[in-house]
Amino acid sequence: MGASLTPSVRTGDDQHVITVLVVNHPGVLARVAGLFARRGYNIESLTVSVTENPDVSRMTIVVCGDHLVLEQITKQLNKLIEVIRVVDYAETQAVERELALIKVNAEPRNRSEIMQIVEVFRARIIDMSDKTFVLEVTGSVDKLDKIAGLLAGYGIREMVRTGVIAMARGARTA
Amino acid sequence: MASMSGARVLLACLHAQGVEHIFGYPGGAALPLYDALYDCRTIRHILVRHEQGAAHMADGYARASGKVGVCLATSGPGATNLVTGIANAYMDSVPVVAITGQVRTHVIGKDASQEADITGITAPITKHNYLVKDVEDIPRTVAEAFHIARTGRPGPVLIDMPMDVSLATMDWDPSSCPGDLDIPSYRPRTRGHEMQIRKAAEAIAAAERPVFYVGGGAIISGADAEVRELAERTNTLVATTLMGKGIIDETHRLSLGMLGMHGTAYANHAVHNCDLLISIGVRFDDRVTGRPDRFAPGAKVIHIDIDPAEIGKIRAPDVPIVGDVRTVLIELLKHVRPREWSDWDDQIVEWRENFPLVYPSDGRLYAEYVIEQLGSATGWNAVMATDVGQHQMWAAQYYRCRRPRQWITSGGLGTMGYGLPAAIGAQVACPDQRVLCLSGDGSFQMCTQELMTATVYKLPIIVAIINNRSLGMVRQWQELFYGERYSHVDLQSSPDFVRLVEAYGGAGFRATTPAEFDEAVRQALDVTDRPVVIDCVVPTAENVYPMIPAGQSVDQMRLRENLEELKASVDADSESWSFDDEDRVLEAYVTLKTTPEGD
Repeated sequence: MGASLTPSVRTGDDQHVITVLVVNHPGVLARVAGLFARRGYNIESLTVSVTENPDVSRMTIVVCGDHLVLEQITKQLNKLIEVIRVVDYAETQAVERELALIKVNAEPRNRSEIMQIVEVFRARIIDMSDKTFVLEVTGSVDKLDKIAGLLAGYGIREMVRTGVIAMARGARTA
Repeated sequence: MASMSGARVLLACLHAQGVEHIFGYPGGAALPLYDALYDCRTIRHILVRHEQGAAHMADGYARASGKVGVCLATSGPGATNLVTGIANAYMDSVPVVAITGQVRTHVIGKDASQEADITGITAPITKHNYLVKDVEDIPRTVAEAFHIARTGRPGPVLIDMPMDVSLATMDWDPSSCPGDLDIPSYRPRTRGHEMQIRKAAEAIAAAERPVFYVGGGAIISGADAEVRELAERTNTLVATTLMGKGIIDETHRLSLGMLGMHGTAYANHAVHNCDLLISIGVRFDDRVTGRPDRFAPGAKVIHIDIDPAEIGKIRAPDVPIVGDVRTVLIELLKHVRPREWSDWDDQIVEWRENFPLVYPSDGRLYAEYVIEQLGSATGWNAVMATDVGQHQMWAAQYYRCRRPRQWITSGGLGTMGYGLPAAIGAQVACPDQRVLCLSGDGSFQMCTQELMTATVYKLPIIVAIINNRSLGMVRQWQELFYGERYSHVDLQSSPDFVRLVEAYGGAGFRATTPAEFDEAVRQALDVTDRPVVIDCVVPTAENVYPMIPAGQSVDQMRLRENLEELKASVDADSESWSFDDEDRVLEAYVTLKTTPEGD
């Protein structure tokens, strides 16, 4: 039991990106995170930030589960008094992005190969030392997984990912 | 406009919400609140002996009256002592507002003396909670707390009041208390979907083997008249949950009593074999369903509940209706046509005759006898609060409720120690009604200290302790499922309950035979100014039957081994109660009103 931040091993379950608009009160993140923990839902990632309205925060949560689990998550979230709206992007057209910073070993003999990878994935080198690069890469979860996989051969010293954020395509808003 | 302290503003706001009673216990961080209570003329404070008692009393008060119950404690240990009571109210959807003192805002988070993060601790067991950081926020916070506690699916709300906020002053006009509130992120849906309601009516018309499954949501909604009308018009039998007892008079020809683990065999057979389960204000709890995939396996399900999250949580309904039960039933009644009594209904009645609730009459005192006699001695009209364990299940089987809010029990959380303080809360809410408490020798010792509260406030609650010198329900499970390895369930060494209640200033009786019990009840009913405890000495090795073991279905139901023998002896006993025997019940009608006033 408990919200896990490690990738779900329940491979049969679908991943869903849900957006949760909440009243910007202190403690609201704890309420949402606590709900996931005590009801045994798995969180793949969770991001929270301000929105165009300073009274409202926006959480983007990637969760694993079948449609029944998703339905319960949505309903239980809606029961929290400070939750204004829950949108499940599973069935709607949305753009999803994630950003990663990757500190990878970059010995002189490997640098040109790594720079080719950087170019193909439209990443950026934002810091370098005599032994390492720090890369910034933005894109879908798949794209980030792929570049991380390719860089693994050189030795990733450290990686941080923001978790997915999502927005509906077109004029529609959450 | 006047300059008022936060504490006084809080009390004025409580008064504006209609609060007449607070159950509480003072302490350091609550000093400003208690100072304001010192000369408060609008609210009566009931001083308890343990904060857990205060939370249970507020809960019992709310269940008996339908109003919001309020409890008050200081920070730290005072607040954490409320936690069990708050969790109890949360599980049973009881509107309670808990107010706690808190350390001053500038030391919050610094492990100050008697500091506990009570909003953090209670987040999972409250509908919502607040830490008030500014005196100006008090009026809005109180109004929101009461609005949230009593609307939608009710539940407990906690307000944490740091000491400096209680002491701070603000210019405030008490007549400016916020009235109707709009919380944009909180708008419970009360009206059911029109099309779904029509579909429900069609399903009822098409059903060959319908049965009702009605729970606490219907009681909360005040839908007793509508449930009865619907049952009578459709000639359909009604099984209720532990929380739904009283939604229909349990002496009504259409009542099946309680279903579930210790429900009546006939209610469980009816639900198991029905083709339409009309589920009203219920949540398909595991104590009802056993194995959910074997529960009412052939039935279409109509599910009416105000909480959308309950719809489909355990069982996906064929006709889901989100809305307030009473509002939905009023609409549904516009579409439902009368239904003829059928072979199906005869079948259920036959089950009722074949598998009655029976217990031995061998001269010894049994819990079932205690419950029936308490019921008949009070005209089946008294409020009954129970503790948790075997006695609770026997009470659920044998205490035939006649109306909503007569039955007060810890359903979801199963809190031992709940009974006595809940009875006190109910007696404070309903001073003109007779309040009974059925407890066990285990449960009673968990909140015994509240006997003092009952004595101080002259509350004539009659407590019957079903004393089997054992933690009976655990003992039963150890007998049936753990090879009779009776691990730590022996309570041979309990206090002398008669002398204990006398030490607290109440009256005590002991009964070891039916005759002694009858006499004890007769004398207990004459006591009008203090609590009474009747220590009912019953056999240890009695089990609650029927029983469907946890996680199983009705085909694993266990009945009393000597059922046929007991049935024969009951049939021979002309005194035995029948479903039409209402006159005898009314004859025995006794309430506090008809009892001579004590001085």
